[in-house]
Amino acid sequence: MTAATTEDSQKDDACSVGIVQPQSVTLFEGSHVLQLEGGGELGQVQVTYETYGELNEQRDNAIFVCHALTGDAHAAGWHSPEHKKPGWWDDLIGPGKGLDTNKYFVICANILGGCQGTTGPGSINPVTEERYCRDFPFITVRDMVDVHTEVVKHLKIEKLLAVIGGSLGGMQVLEWSARYPDQLQSAIVLASAAQLSAQGIAFNAVGNRAISQDPNFNNGDYYDTEGPKYGLALARMVAHITYLSEASIELKFGRRLQDNTELTYGLLQETEFQIESYLHYQGNQFVERFDANSYLYITRAMDYYDLTHGSKSLTEALGKTKARFLIASYDTDWLFPAAQSRELVSALIETGKHVTYREFQSPYGHDSFLIEIDQLTELVVPFLQRAQQDSQKTVAP
Amino acid sequence: MCAKRLCLPDPAAAVTDELIASHIEPNSRVIDLGCGDARLLEKLRDDLGASVLGIEIDQEGILGTIGRGVPVVQANLDEPLSDIPDQSFDFAVLSQTLQQVRRPKDLLQEMMRIAHRALVVVPNFGYWKIRLQVLRSRKTPVTEALPYEWYETPNLHYMTLHDMHDLAEQLGYRITTEIQIINGHTVERAWGANFRAESALFIIENTTS
Repeated sequence: MTAATTEDSQKDDACSVGIVQPQSVTLFEGSHVLQLEGGGELGQVQVTYETYGELNEQRDNAIFVCHALTGDAHAAGWHSPEHKKPGWWDDLIGPGKGLDTNKYFVICANILGGCQGTTGPGSINPVTEERYCRDFPFITVRDMVDVHTEVVKHLKIEKLLAVIGGSLGGMQVLEWSARYPDQLQSAIVLASAAQLSAQGIAFNAVGNRAISQDPNFNNGDYYDTEGPKYGLALARMVAHITYLSEASIELKFGRRLQDNTELTYGLLQETEFQIESYLHYQGNQFVERFDANSYLYITRAMDYYDLTHGSKSLTEALGKTKARFLIASYDTDWLFPAAQSRELVSALIETGKHVTYREFQSPYGHDSFLIEIDQLTELVVPFLQRAQQDSQKTVAP
Repeated sequence: MCAKRLCLPDPAAAVTDELIASHIEPNSRVIDLGCGDARLLEKLRDDLGASVLGIEIDQEGILGTIGRGVPVVQANLDEPLSDIPDQSFDFAVLSQTLQQVRRPKDLLQEMMRIAHRALVVVPNFGYWKIRLQVLRSRKTPVTEALPYEWYETPNLHYMTLHDMHDLAEQLGYRITTEIQIINGHTVERAWGANFRAESALFIIENTTS
């Protein structure tokens, strides 16, 4: 969800990347299959991605954007003049914006397991020529990053100037920096953590149960029917609450009623309060654009994510990274609390890495990283500028 | 509350920075508490090859620090620096700030926890001009080094050089170096220092280390 107010005139705005064309590539072909962290492998992975700005001659001005749980490759601009909404991070990406497309080449790819153009459980299995459904292998954040790195190779970029992401996107950034230290100059991690908290797993459990218990779920094989719409909408409603804060709900809705001026005393009146109506709306919208199987696979990847997995400590896990970090948290975010970001900061300091940390104030809870773009821009601009300046210094003879 | 670095007039700041830099060993790890826009840390990194980290609460300072390519962690010096691991630095620098924090003793202890040595620059309330003003005027003294009226000063505590020695002793620390700044110049082991110096630098170590 972005806070952008979108007028038609903005589409030709000098601050917009304008009309963009999604691109697609098939990776891991032939014997070069994707080896999955949970065992098993996946071949012929299709990836949908978008790029904004120009790759320079030295190919050193690329920034990779990692999207969150329900995001997609469409981070900026418009797909057509008729579209009402721009990409999900349009306020951050564009000419003269935080990720300035006059200077940088910005890439955003739909994640593995997704349903917006990259291979996921709803895609056709090239071997059986039928949809994967529940035959789709278990995937992890590491697998998502492995696919991203292949996209970067495909674009013939050796080293990214930056990788940036919030929430699950931030987990990808962390994994990338720890696993492939030579591929990125800098890492920007927003409202994220080295692992999902138990509280986060708990909320996912409710959502996943809502989907799997929907009578139309049919063990994940539902593509010829309307599918587990109610379960998916319910999962989204629960999750959406975790993206807000007590303050933002109070600010936006309070106890205001939706349609009536008085209480109706009707138990079946499901949208008596504005907040109820809002959640139902979010649930319904979500069902239109998201696949329930993808939701299950990706939330599970999030539950499983643990940067320290296979290491003795967070410090050891981050020991090999070479990137300079910018870590930011939001004071009202209770899904990825500031304390989790600070844990990362502490570990990075302990292992002598370059880390900058800022805790933003915002009423918008976890969603702040998608909404509070001005304060983010203020921080990201000098950070990227300096990272680029210093990278050129180290390359110069 | 915000503990910003006292804005000394530039020449004095340059003297202080120079003085601090002259006591930092090359290639050491340095953390500056209340780093402002990291003018000092940039110098330590570029001239001495130090690995540096700034602590700052003010947004302007943080942005300035990022612009110099110096890492910076936002934190409030009135609270424990819990993100900074024990003994993760060789030097913790606190320049013209100790008098501005709410609990100077706690901060000094935090510095000794995170670094092997603390390098502290403080204004001297025992400076003769201040004493004279206290004697002669009915008002709270205002001087070049303490240029604020009482109602707007960021300085919450007024200490003399002797007070610093007492505090160090009380906490079981050893002051290994003391340099006075007199008339904008640094002087080692000056006579009548507690009277003549407008500020001073102390290097403090744990007696057990």
